[in-house]
Amino acid sequence: MTKKIDVDVSVLLDKLVTDLTPLLAINPVIIGIHTGGSWLAEILHRRLAINEPCGSLDISFYRDDFSRIGLNPEVKASDIPQDISDRHILLIDDVLQTGRTVRAAMNEIFDYGRPASIRLCVLVERNGHELPIQADYCGMTLDLTPDQQIKLTGPEKLSLMVGDLAAGDNQS
Amino acid sequence: MRPHLQYTDNGKLRHFLSIEGLQKETLQQILTTADKFTQFGQRDIKKLPLLRGHTVVNLFFENSSRTRTTFEIAAKRLSADVINLNPGTSSTSKGETLLDTVNILEAMHTDLFVIRHAKSGVAELIARHVPDHVHIINAGDGQHAHPTQAMLDMFTIRQYKGPFNELRVAIVGDILHSRVARSQIHALNTLGVHEIRVVAPNSLLPSQVERLGVHAYNDLKQGLEGVDVVMMLRLQKERMHNAYIPSEQEYFNLYGLTTESLAAAAEDAIIMHPGPINRGLEISSVVADGPRSVILPQVTNGIAVRMAVMAMVLGGEGNG
Repeated sequence: MTKKIDVDVSVLLDKLVTDLTPLLAINPVIIGIHTGGSWLAEILHRRLAINEPCGSLDISFYRDDFSRIGLNPEVKASDIPQDISDRHILLIDDVLQTGRTVRAAMNEIFDYGRPASIRLCVLVERNGHELPIQADYCGMTLDLTPDQQIKLTGPEKLSLMVGDLAAGDNQS
Repeated sequence: MRPHLQYTDNGKLRHFLSIEGLQKETLQQILTTADKFTQFGQRDIKKLPLLRGHTVVNLFFENSSRTRTTFEIAAKRLSADVINLNPGTSSTSKGETLLDTVNILEAMHTDLFVIRHAKSGVAELIARHVPDHVHIINAGDGQHAHPTQAMLDMFTIRQYKGPFNELRVAIVGDILHSRVARSQIHALNTLGVHEIRVVAPNSLLPSQVERLGVHAYNDLKQGLEGVDVVMMLRLQKERMHNAYIPSEQEYFNLYGLTTESLAAAAEDAIIMHPGPINRGLEISSVVADGPRSVILPQVTNGIAVRMAVMAMVLGGEGNG
């Protein structure tokens, strides 16, 4: 059964804003991963008062399971409005679990240019890593069972939902 | 035998042989996927990793530099390895049969064949022959079908004219011999266009053409009256030896698209042509190069549409 977990997302966002503020010194380019990451990216972009537009990535064309599951029919276009060569990227996603989405996102970013650095910021870092990828900034960490999935819903009111795959909740 | 050769048992696109037999949702997915692919042409690195490690063979028994080139670019943008073969000049002239040629190439671990052949039904014949993990895209078979051309036309219409259900479309020229026209008519009907007209002398219209869901016109100006899209066809001169038309000059006078004949169409009508153009035969240079012509955008769109079809047939094989 999908249920809302008892976490105030705005508190997590406050923490991220505080942690990210020193980064403004290197003038980062904010890029969110579609969908949840893009919502967060826009909020953080506004709260950090960054003038440059933020980018968004739909990593469907870079997924490593394409030959197994095929194309996502709902794929959105990626949009990175500025030249990212030699820029510092702040990559934002809602949940870090296996690390495969972040790997795909980094592959796509390098097809736009060669950034000076990439930092990763997530709302929730949970267990279940399959790749050597960790968040540089995270709102909270969570330990869940392999059957449990966590997902951000929004964008009007952001909440974190936990669903149980064993119970048939479809949360890809 | 599968009831629908073009789909897998769970409804995924397996082969792309003809528009006939495909669902509206499949055509729409091709268009929306192609939409996303158009944007990669602007990027530093114009490549996506989707088909990395896949081998695509362009098997063109009939020559076509434009179609073959856009298939090649599409496959390369998706990071596939591409081999171009023109067996008309190699193995088949040594007596190897069609299916022998396919068997040999399949033994080299080809994942996708893009096939063009002068005979109708060849792509389907090969699709019925190959094992499950091999996919076929029809790049034109005889007078039967040219489905990727039709889909790049649909993509171009949607790009310039918006929703299909309000549009009147005229297809002008040699409907009788045209695989392009047949595929266009199926695609326009499947996508729910308001009205399809075909315009040609009776000698270049198939018998009972109206059964395809079109209105037939012999008079160009009447046929173009108020249409939003004019799709010209190439007059296939190589097939014109049987007195289908009295003379090229008379054909141009009656059916050539000129500024004057175009005046009957809607003011903002677009002009399309699958190429190659016979200037001064089916269309005047002034119209072909004019501001309402979308002939070059059609070529550009052909890359994204072919990328979409390739990605759709090759993706998700684990579920097939």
